[in-house]
Amino acid sequence: MSRDEKPSLAVWKFASCDGCQLTLLDCEDELLAVAERLELAYFLEASSAVVAGPYDVSLVEGSITTPDDVERIQEVRRQSRFLVTIGACATAGGIQALRNFGDVQELMRIVYATPSFLSTLETSTPISDHVPVDFELRGCPIDRHQLLEVISAYLAGRAPVIASHSVCIECKQKTNVCVLVAHGTACLGPVTHAGCGALCPTFHRGCYGCFGPAETANTGSMATALAAQGMGDQEMDRLFHTFNAWSEPFRSAPVPVDPPKRRGR
Amino acid sequence: MVQVLGAGGLDEIVRALRAQGRTVVGPVVRDGVITHDVIDSAADLPRGWTEEQDAGRYQLAPTGTDEIFAFSSPSTSWKRYLYPERTLLIRARRRRDVVEIHEPEPEAPPMAFLGVRSCDLAALDVLDRVFLDPDATDPTYAARRGDVFIVAVACSFPGNTCFCSSMDTGPTPRSGFDLAIRELHDGASHDLLVEAGSTRGAALLAEVESRAASDTDVARAGDSHDRAVAGMGRRLRSDDIQRAALDPDHPRWDDVAQRCLACANCTMVCPTCFCSATEDSTDLTGTESERWRVWDSCFTLDFTHLHGGSVRSSTRSRYRQWLLHKLVTWHDQFDASGCVGCGRCITWCPVGIDLTEEVAALARSDESVPREGAAP
Ligand code: SF4
Ligand code: SF4
Ligand code: SF4
Repeated sequence: MSRDEKPSLAVWKFASCDGCQLTLLDCEDELLAVAERLELAYFLEASSAVVAGPYDVSLVEGSITTPDDVERIQEVRRQSRFLVTIGACATAGGIQALRNFGDVQELMRIVYATPSFLSTLETSTPISDHVPVDFELRGCPIDRHQLLEVISAYLAGRAPVIASHSVCIECKQKTNVCVLVAHGTACLGPVTHAGCGALCPTFHRGCYGCFGPAETANTGSMATALAAQGMGDQEMDRLFHTFNAWSEPFRSAPVPVDPPKRRGR
Repeated sequence: MVQVLGAGGLDEIVRALRAQGRTVVGPVVRDGVITHDVIDSAADLPRGWTEEQDAGRYQLAPTGTDEIFAFSSPSTSWKRYLYPERTLLIRARRRRDVVEIHEPEPEAPPMAFLGVRSCDLAALDVLDRVFLDPDATDPTYAARRGDVFIVAVACSFPGNTCFCSSMDTGPTPRSGFDLAIRELHDGASHDLLVEAGSTRGAALLAEVESRAASDTDVARAGDSHDRAVAGMGRRLRSDDIQRAALDPDHPRWDDVAQRCLACANCTMVCPTCFCSATEDSTDLTGTESERWRVWDSCFTLDFTHLHGGSVRSSTRSRYRQWLLHKLVTWHDQFDASGCVGCGRCITWCPVGIDLTEEVAALARSDESVPREGAAP
């Protein structure tokens, strides 16, 4: 593509909190450069002015939770040359995928006065369950630098440098003290996908697994080690089942004490 | 010739090194561990602290004495000061159709390492073999290694995960230092014995207040060495290593692969692991790009990613590669062991995988070695 023909960018939202697309607006210093290289054609959080598709790059935030979503994502895919899902909702189903383990009808009765007004699916699922995805960017929320890396790589026609190994590698590269070994703090870093720069261990907290499972994550051995440090089943269940609960192998990771109405295991 | 330092002697050494314009790096207490950092004076050293290390476990503990070096391997090794986690290799800039390439000069900060243990001296020798190979000298490492002044320390209290005496690398420094210290502490007396290992070490020692060591002092040093050898927490037998390498189908490989998280902590903390990846980046404007060298590990999938996938896709194959490279093929490649027995990979493995235990089990054909803590 020639330099004066800018590729167009669209940003889409499904079931999500908006935090990931906000990350794009958060790129304060780089935002102008982004706008210089890409036409912000469809980005409702930034502007209600909309340019019709198709689009060269689509960033898709959020998970599929309604019958309407199921159809809309097909249309988004049709309109998009290069489709990138951003964040735990879009890549894993998000925190709302906890419904997948329970009974949605019952949850609706508990939460809403008139559940019959709702039209929702039994599950919250990642975008890749519904359409082919060109690149998945992890995180809850995504990391600003990683987003810029994906955009820069797209513009240069190269593969993005996004590691899929453990958080521990980032942690050690920052010369953090390992909170798991030295402080006995529960940390999911060894089984969690890098990308945050080991944010929590840097502040002496254990990793919560925001970026989902790392490549070849060995959750069984991780759970054994956490149990040996005294973690109970319920706490373990909670640790593994947060923003990326529906992502294997977190999904089938150990073993709730109290398994009623759980499916998908 | 062995000297005994006067009361302020250690601080005088630090001061003299700083007066030479050197950044002095030494052990310090931080975030509940003993690690390395820049020190300004001997007061920054972990006086009164020791630690308990075991597989997957580290706990700082007070000694109740004023000993300065009563601990074993610090959590970090020295390699990061010579081979930093990230190094910028080149920066390229495009102006119209011309690409300018800028290669930064490697930094050569004058440094002194204070408190280098014998295993870590051996590790420096291993890194020298890798990075200072005359046919493939690494400029970053060479510039930083330059004339680092090394103050070694003999280990009096090897940790529970140490096995330098098995690897013939310790616990008492034999070479590769400018000065070597041994701390002797028994009840009433607390002395630092110092020996020079180089001319410049001897010159520096002459600047600080000291007296010649007596025969008794030297005898006490010998006793301290013997106690350290006897107190070694782990052991690795070389004939076991040879046997462990023989059977690629040994069931223990599957067993360890089931426990291993492939998290790479072992390689990150190892003082000799030297692998890196090269990362290219471009900026948003498409006019600037950079190439960085970053620490990598044989435990990642990307490490062996070729067209179509990773060569070592199973954790089993990656653990096996790591262990056998460290202990066996390193000899063929660099004429030395890749493991110096510092024990860091044992302590800092989140699931407490212990290479000495794995080797012992792999060396047995009947698989009768029970794992510590494993159900019978
Ligand atoms: S603190 Fe957590 S992320 Fe960091 S090395 Fe330890 S286990 Fe890994
Ligand atoms: S041996 Fe331990 S530290 Fe090394 S990759 Fe496996 S689990 Fe991680
Ligand atoms: S393999 Fe383990 S014990 Fe050997 S030098 Fe490396 S970290 Fe130390």
